Amino acid sequence: MSAQPHIGQLAIALGTALGLLCYYFQRRGVPLRRLAALATLALLLFPAGLLLQGLYSNPQTVKATSVKPDKERHAAPDFALKDGDGKTVHLSDYKGKVVLLDFWATWCGPCKFEIPWFIDLERRDKDKGFEVLGVSMDDNGWEDVKPFLADFKVNYRVVIGNDETARIYGGVDALPTTFLIDRDGRIAAIHIGLTSRKEIEDGVEDLLRTAPATPVSAVPGAVPAARVAANQ
Amino acid sequence: MGQPAKVVGQRNAAVETRIPLTIQPGFHVNSDKPSDEYMIPLTLNWTSLGALVGGQVTFPKPSLEKYDFDDKPLSVFTGSIELTASFKVSAHAPAGPGIATGKLRYQACNNKACYPPKTVEVNVPYQVQ
Repeated sequence: MSAQPHIGQLAIALGTALGLLCYYFQRRGVPLRRLAALATLALLLFPAGLLLQGLYSNPQTVKATSVKPDKERHAAPDFALKDGDGKTVHLSDYKGKVVLLDFWATWCGPCKFEIPWFIDLERRDKDKGFEVLGVSMDDNGWEDVKPFLADFKVNYRVVIGNDETARIYGGVDALPTTFLIDRDGRIAAIHIGLTSRKEIEDGVEDLLRTAPATPVSAVPGAVPAARVAANQ
Repeated sequence: MGQPAKVVGQRNAAVETRIPLTIQPGFHVNSDKPSDEYMIPLTLNWTSLGALVGGQVTFPKPSLEKYDFDDKPLSVFTGSIELTASFKVSAHAPAGPGIATGKLRYQACNNKACYPPKTVEVNVPYQVQ
């Protein structure tokens, strides 16, 4: 957290205290010219504190960049994986949406820690063009995953990943590994391991603010060249 | 994983061996009785005992450690530990050397991430006298 807002508050408090002190001494008969230095300091500190607070209370000024710049983004590899209902899910089905692609497993503690954040995000931002897509890396597949999804009341789509899915995403090994994918199907951020909720939320917000470079309607039925039919 | 000590005994003798394991600093593996039903326990299952029978495994006392990703401490193993396996030499075992083989399964994490479960082979050399 930035220290500047606290410095602002301190300056305001100090300015106020000095001002009151001047007022007190003046009432006790001390000539104003002898209090000039104190009064000037009070008059300087108070507005300086207000200025610092005003500057740093605006979240736009303290927010770190949570997603890669446009030019550094690469296409997210497509895949074809089954969801819990047996339907084939392609990542390219989500083009035009911001996607949080979460590689996780039921046995992974840090993954479980993040899942409630993703449930909240899905609920909050689904109508804004956002979706979470979980890729479970559990060896036992749905046998382990379905009871877990019920236990945790997971409200977003989950597919079962495999070695090929991990490979095309750069050899995902550590879990969780989370990719934020922009509306143009490009990887805008990668988080390996447990990250902060704020970082994820800031990234999603950043991406939701941006319109896709290529309107989805302009490429009806288009399938990215990068599509990889992963083993199911 | 270190090399288990060689088991030496006569027929019908009760014998045991220690299996040393070292977990890298900063990592932990779930104990044999993890804190959560979804976590993968540390297990050692024998696949071939040769002239030995039994093979009951005793795990050390786990430690309870607190990590960033859980509100409660977890039952884990860290650092260097030893498992103890207890056998009996078969009544009809031929004299001579042999190897008992098992599979050790573990799943490791650090404070921020977890890694897929791994299985490694454990070989216990023995000598029937």
